Amino acid sequence: MNSEPKNTDAFEPKIVAFVCNWCTYLGADLAGTNRLEYPANVRIIRLPCTGRVDFNLIVKAFEIGADAVLVSGCHPGDCHYTAGNFHARRRWNLFRELLDTVGVDTNRVYFSWISAAEGAKFQSLVTEIVEKTREMGPYEEYQSIVAEA
Amino acid sequence: MENELRNAIRELLEKQEIDVAIGYGRVGVDGAVGAVFVTSPDDVEQIVWNDECRQNLAVHLTRPEVKAFGKIGIVVKPCDARAVVVLANEAQVDLDLLTIIGVVCSGIKRAKPDGTTADEYYAKCETCVQHTPQNVTLVVGDVAEGEALDAKNEQNAATAGNNAKLAKLRAMTVEERFAYWREQFSRCVRCYACRQSCPMCYCNRCVADKNRPTRIDTSASLKGNFAWNILRAFHLAGRCVGCGACASACPAGIELDLLNLTVSDAAKEHFGFVAGTEFGVDPLIGTYADDDKEEFIR
Ligand code: SF4
Ligand code: SF4
Ligand code: FES
Repeated sequence: MNSEPKNTDAFEPKIVAFVCNWCTYLGADLAGTNRLEYPANVRIIRLPCTGRVDFNLIVKAFEIGADAVLVSGCHPGDCHYTAGNFHARRRWNLFRELLDTVGVDTNRVYFSWISAAEGAKFQSLVTEIVEKTREMGPYEEYQSIVAEA
Repeated sequence: MENELRNAIRELLEKQEIDVAIGYGRVGVDGAVGAVFVTSPDDVEQIVWNDECRQNLAVHLTRPEVKAFGKIGIVVKPCDARAVVVLANEAQVDLDLLTIIGVVCSGIKRAKPDGTTADEYYAKCETCVQHTPQNVTLVVGDVAEGEALDAKNEQNAATAGNNAKLAKLRAMTVEERFAYWREQFSRCVRCYACRQSCPMCYCNRCVADKNRPTRIDTSASLKGNFAWNILRAFHLAGRCVGCGACASACPAGIELDLLNLTVSDAAKEHFGFVAGTEFGVDPLIGTYADDDKEEFIR
């Protein structure tokens, strides 16, 4: 399977972004309408709220070949459902530690608050994630357990 | 101690303060210790107490067929007692119907693969600083002896047992840790004994069993085993009391207690939260504070 020589120039990172419907999705939309260019590597998955982002979705993203994952929603205090992001924040505090112990690279898991007005922030963060992931290379480690029966 | 326990239970049954006592007994064909349900004072001789009482009997409290007994008396070790507190705080048990019989514990020993008892305590016992059960209705055993054991462990609790193992794991590179768990999880046969033995895994239908859509790969593949073990450990976040019932039930000898410890350490570090120490406390997950940490959020 890995018989091809590794050509890092050809590597295009796959980034899965779980974003909430009310802030970050609109932020990404704004980036688009303002013609702010950002890499096409990011696959946006729109969910109602960061509170809906089951930690298992992050695992699942890696299973299906993500090289990095972003979870993003409204700033604290701005959640459409008042407190979804507060619940999410508490969960991630703990989940990052578990991932780290299990040996899942937390440098490949990003969290952010991006409002509907922050198109530029979305652009710059996504660009940064893509660049950093490109440097790290494909997440072959996780893919290796997927390949193995 | 065993007799003291039997007498206490006999009395509770005679006075009809309880309808059933859930205790340890030699139930296996080979005399292995498991749960017995005693409803008559004449049967209290079935109840045993020794260093083979590995299960956490609180697992039975949420089962409808057990609730049907009515007033329940349950034998708990100090760590198991914390599970009862969590269950009460999650509104899973009715404390008015419960008599919690705590036993002073001096440690539980591992089982060898052939079922006999090894001369080795569980790692959780090496760092245990609470040999006397808290938040119970009555305490059976020698409290002074329990306190002496607490004092003995207190000096090196932070650096012994699973704390030492976890520190070693944390000192590894992230790739080494992944390889470590890869080996461990490769042995998982997805029997779900870990889930069945845990008092806090009481969902009527576990996400692991859901198939429309399938949340995690149900076959014992590496992919599914990583997903399952991450999921199990995290569903116990802020709830696991470190009783070790899951790790001792696992036929594959996977160090589930290390995963649990990671999350409970994080709960303590980030939120000052320890599960099962106090009645009437809100669960950690499901509540929040305005100033929860977020230095990792961009
Ligand atoms: S008890 Fe062990 S082997 Fe069974 S499902 Fe749990 S981790 Fe896997
Ligand atoms: S996860 Fe394991 S150690 Fe934690 S409460 Fe459940 S059975 Fe006990
Ligand atoms: S709706 Fe955006 S985080 Fe809740």
